Amino acid sequence: MGKLITLVIQRLGLGLLTLLAVSLIIFLGVELLPGDIATEILGQDALPETVEVFRRELGLDKPPHIRYIDWVLGVIQGDFGTSFANQREISDLIGFRLANTLFLALMTSAIAVPFSLVCGVLAALYRNSLYDRAINTFTLTSISFPEFFIAYILIIMFSQQLGWFPSLSNVDMDMPLWERIYKCLLPAATMTLAVFAHMMRQTRAAIINLLASPYIEMANLKGLQRFRVVVHHALPNAWAPIATVIALNLAYLVVSVVVVEVVFVYPGLGQLMVDSVIVRDLPVVQACSLVFAATYILLNLTADLISIVTNPRLLHPK
Amino acid sequence: MSDEVEEDARSADAIAIPLADRDWKRDMWRDLKKAPLTAKFGILVIASYVFVALFAPVLTPYGESEIVGSEFDVWGDKFILGTDNLGRDMLTRLIYGARNTLGIAFLTTLLAFAVGGCLGLLASILRGWVDQVLSRIVDIFMAIPVLIFALVLLTIFGSNAQNLIIIIALLDSTRVFRLCRAVGMNVAVMDFVEVAKLRGEGLPWIMFREILPNILPPLVVEFGLRFCFVFLLIAALSFLGVGIQPPTADWGSMVRDNATLITYGDITPLLPAAAIALLTVGVNFVVDWFLHKTSGLRDDH
Repeated sequence: MGKLITLVIQRLGLGLLTLLAVSLIIFLGVELLPGDIATEILGQDALPETVEVFRRELGLDKPPHIRYIDWVLGVIQGDFGTSFANQREISDLIGFRLANTLFLALMTSAIAVPFSLVCGVLAALYRNSLYDRAINTFTLTSISFPEFFIAYILIIMFSQQLGWFPSLSNVDMDMPLWERIYKCLLPAATMTLAVFAHMMRQTRAAIINLLASPYIEMANLKGLQRFRVVVHHALPNAWAPIATVIALNLAYLVVSVVVVEVVFVYPGLGQLMVDSVIVRDLPVVQACSLVFAATYILLNLTADLISIVTNPRLLHPK
Repeated sequence: MSDEVEEDARSADAIAIPLADRDWKRDMWRDLKKAPLTAKFGILVIASYVFVALFAPVLTPYGESEIVGSEFDVWGDKFILGTDNLGRDMLTRLIYGARNTLGIAFLTTLLAFAVGGCLGLLASILRGWVDQVLSRIVDIFMAIPVLIFALVLLTIFGSNAQNLIIIIALLDSTRVFRLCRAVGMNVAVMDFVEVAKLRGEGLPWIMFREILPNILPPLVVEFGLRFCFVFLLIAALSFLGVGIQPPTADWGSMVRDNATLITYGDITPLLPAAAIALLTVGVNFVVDWFLHKTSGLRDDH
């Protein structure tokens, strides 16, 4: 067990270090800017006094390392600074949007994970059958589709033609839960289709890999039913790779959420980030990217930890 | 990215290609005839896209950003696919879009391979601190999702085609670096590389004449996959309004500009999106076939 704990602590430390490095990169981006950020944002013909005030507000009169430390300390306390565009506190802007984005991501994983696991197991079970080949072609195709394409196809089908779901997901905090779920159904379906292919393929591959091992052959020779072999004998050993795949795909979800939110005008973090990029509202972009990157690193770290913790060789040392 | 791991593994498989010298022209033709239907379809798609991109000015009835009619005109004789939100011919923009979107994605992938490939080869030959420094930097860069990183960099440097190409190429070169370093390492320890070093050959010779030819197959596969990735990324950025800027015709921004039509049940805005999807499907089919062929895998694990 000692070795396991050391490994886990090592990974956690590494993750924290990565996060620090990433925050440094996101922060240093501003320093890379040729010329002065204040004149760049305010325009060439801004009055020198305005530029001076703007610089002081940003803290640009201080040296970079002091500013970085101030920024990181602020972020730890939940203070991301103020927006260029509307002078509001960024933490106010981010707060409920982050909750919205997480709600959408959770809902998607609640649909996507069981769905792709079942399809993956079935594909492994009936390998090389018509079902397997059809679903393989389908996944290869859906990997190649841009998310906004999937989203608009769904909108045309379910919102425009059938009129079942709204094409705008304008949720707010006071909405009852079921209404929020109803409005989020199309965006969640889009993201499910986007991550389904990978999860399903990896599940299938993990199980097929295991089916080649001797103990499965033994189970087959005993005359067990194919379903029982796959579900009772192969699946338990495939959990570790599958769990890793799920964590990695949730990390991917965090990224694809940006495009999907824009399509459905969903008030989430991705939408805020894109809007801020267009008006070049740097502090907001920095804050959003830090939140996204942190989630991404955290999920990747979880995948790492799962594969360590579920590794039998580490759990039962000789 | 979740697909990185899988892609790396898939492309690394391809190194197992036998290095036999054979009559490659006849061989290629025979392979092509034996190729599965999906691969033939993919090749056909890619060829027609390249054709359309090359001859765009000849094929189009109007100019790229020429306003020729009223806004959102319906499909008809004069404008086969109608007009867009500013009254420009949809078909013309679609064809020019092939040229711009494909060209920019291709350039970006080339640049990513030039940068990532050179650094990867350098790391695999020199090893030691060069390898350590480069690998750690790449590790940190890969810890940030590409789309998010690209958005930050585009905010800082401003969005235009040139910045877009450089930023995405640099972000994507980290993946190329990883692969190139991994497969390069295997070759760099072989005897003939040692001989070349003892012969006193310079670093560029060892990089490009000794190692590169031997790691070409996995790199070709990776080029296809990376092209798809870059192509989809640029389309997504343009769709978000921070990629290729107007008036340049580009598929991602065409979808965005005309998206209002979708709420009226008009599928015209979906055509550029479908064009993107069709090309990536085509490339993926060809890459899949190539992988099966070179790795000798009968069943995909």
